[in-house]
Amino acid sequence: MYRYDEYDTKLTIERIGEYRDQVARRVTGDLSEDNFRNLRLRNGLYMQLHAYMLRVAIPYGLMSSDQLRKLAFIARTYDKDYGHFTTRQNLQFNWPKLEDTPAILEHLAEVDMSAIQTSGNVNRNVTADAFAGVARDEIEDPRPYCEIVRQFLTLNPEFSWLPRKFKIAVSAAAEDRAATTVHDIGLLLIHNAAGETGFRVLVGGGLGRSPFLGKVLRLFLPKDDLLPYLQAILRVYNMEGRRDNMYKARIKIQVHELGIEKFRAKVEAEFDASAGDPLFIGKAEEEARIKAQFAPPPYKQRDEYDPGHEAHLRQNAAFSQWAEHNLAAHKRGGYAIVNLPLKPAGGIPGDVSADQMDFIAGLADTYSFGELRATHRQNLVLADVAKSDLYSLWQALTEAGLAPPNLDRITDIICCPGMDYCSLATARSIPIAQRISERFSDQERQDAIGELKLNISGCINACGHHHIGHIGLLGVEKNGEEFYQITVGGSAAGDADIGRIIGPAFASEDVVDAVETLVDTYLDIRAPGERFLDTLRRIGPEPFKERLYAID
Amino acid sequence: MPLIKDGAAQADSWTYLGPSDDPADGQSVIIDYARWHDADAAIAAHNGPLGIRMRSDQAPELIAEDIGRFDLIALEFPVIADGRSFSHARILRDRLGFQGELRAAGGVLEDQIFFMSRCGIDAFELDAGCDIGRAVAALTQFSAPYQAASDGLAPAPARRRSGR
Repeated sequence: MYRYDEYDTKLTIERIGEYRDQVARRVTGDLSEDNFRNLRLRNGLYMQLHAYMLRVAIPYGLMSSDQLRKLAFIARTYDKDYGHFTTRQNLQFNWPKLEDTPAILEHLAEVDMSAIQTSGNVNRNVTADAFAGVARDEIEDPRPYCEIVRQFLTLNPEFSWLPRKFKIAVSAAAEDRAATTVHDIGLLLIHNAAGETGFRVLVGGGLGRSPFLGKVLRLFLPKDDLLPYLQAILRVYNMEGRRDNMYKARIKIQVHELGIEKFRAKVEAEFDASAGDPLFIGKAEEEARIKAQFAPPPYKQRDEYDPGHEAHLRQNAAFSQWAEHNLAAHKRGGYAIVNLPLKPAGGIPGDVSADQMDFIAGLADTYSFGELRATHRQNLVLADVAKSDLYSLWQALTEAGLAPPNLDRITDIICCPGMDYCSLATARSIPIAQRISERFSDQERQDAIGELKLNISGCINACGHHHIGHIGLLGVEKNGEEFYQITVGGSAAGDADIGRIIGPAFASEDVVDAVETLVDTYLDIRAPGERFLDTLRRIGPEPFKERLYAID
Repeated sequence: MPLIKDGAAQADSWTYLGPSDDPADGQSVIIDYARWHDADAAIAAHNGPLGIRMRSDQAPELIAEDIGRFDLIALEFPVIADGRSFSHARILRDRLGFQGELRAAGGVLEDQIFFMSRCGIDAFELDAGCDIGRAVAALTQFSAPYQAASDGLAPAPARRRSGR
């Protein structure tokens, strides 16, 4: 993984110095609250309902065990003993004190981490396939490109005050595990007919109050043109994106209002006009330096078939069940990708205690070359586990309650913090997730239901990605009561689509029953082998609607 | 309004000309884009240094043909969150080759002037409450940024190569 050298560290330390001064000027009143707000956001500090929240960047979700231990230390020392993994593969602390935040950032810098640009109208954490570098279906490790983009857009002098926030996701695999279609820019690493590496560039996707799937801006962009092309897109957006209405300020609205043809013409003209920009000199050398840091770990030569592992699978039903659900194929023979869903029955999606962080860091050291990943579905991944170690890893995870075999099941819920924390929320989302998780906690029932992605947002800003859940719940407020609008048919995978509202919203006490009605309807009418999403798309929403809104 | 130019506090030798005022002989004046656009006779006849002030919604292309006529271009930064003039500055310097004074107008914050400087801006009208010493120091806030820009500051990749 990418580790800082003296230049990266210096930049991070200088940024903390600047931030420390800004905090001091705010305390003395030399800096107005409004200006301070704009500045602190660029360092990941939000003001939530009850306290500040600090969002720590985990670039493309990749972290080392020493970084996770540092997060555990911060949770213990400056917060309430826990952190929360987000859909941008970041980690949030919910209770830091303003005056402690410069010190927290210094602790982060000790392990090559920061909170730079995790908030504000700037480019946010570049996200990626959580299986990057180990997936069988990818053409090349996308992470070096993520890092190149991260550096180009970190404290970029031109693009630090964009009309609105900006999100980039990168994937190099056949299966889109990075939700690239719902990002401001989605980059898909591909080969062209000549076998050259480049990117398919999507633009203008996003969720929020006006959801859009991204549109193809360039079918094939040579990889050496990546930064100049990103600069062209961002320049067109920075100069001409709407600034009159914050709800219309995302690039998706600019693309939608102009139409993709006109938007493309502007980007290509800008790209051509800045050809030969001296800005990108030395990029081949820089690319080689960064790529070297993503060299594969020292894998051992192993057979794909591990007799010991196979024996455990035969002998232990619980292990076998966990392996079936939570493992993914690794590109190296004899290794597996291990998913750690942070979704225990009745738990809060994405929350991890400080003790759990330390424990998982230890497992990463023992079993996965000291590295792990955060996923956009608020789970963790140990990406490089030898098959012969899987059984002992599972035992350790089981003992710690970290082996729920529910990846991609109905209880593997994406959920925003909602009104328990967030000042924008119009309803609570966490208690709904907990109630659904409890209602469907029976493993046999979850397995009968199969893959079902359920996402919950506590307001229209859609941080819980409800639009792309097979079932999505959106919390709304009606006359002081919490109601939940249900959307169905969304997806962020290869079959991406925006979910559609199925009918009138349900009161908080009825919404879990409504979800159950949807699921039971699916179980009654599905064809063999169909997922919820498949049945819905084949038959349409009518049978679901009928059951949901039947008059008793 | 306090002014920093070329990295130090300086007296402002330029005057913003009101819409109906005429420039004095040889006077250094800054006019609004609208007045330039209207091709005013008094401005056409002016024999002193001439500057133009552009709002953040007025793109550099508007003056691309006339750029040789200006000794100064003042770019407005009306509020902290309006970032358009950062791109305008870069286009003026890198694409249109403007060599004169590029000024951040309207009272800017010390927290933004490092980035402005990187985009090719070399003069800053500071917010009245701004501490000049701190603002000057802010111009060297970061020693090795990740990316090259319009200011010639060597970015981290170049420093790695040369060992600086």
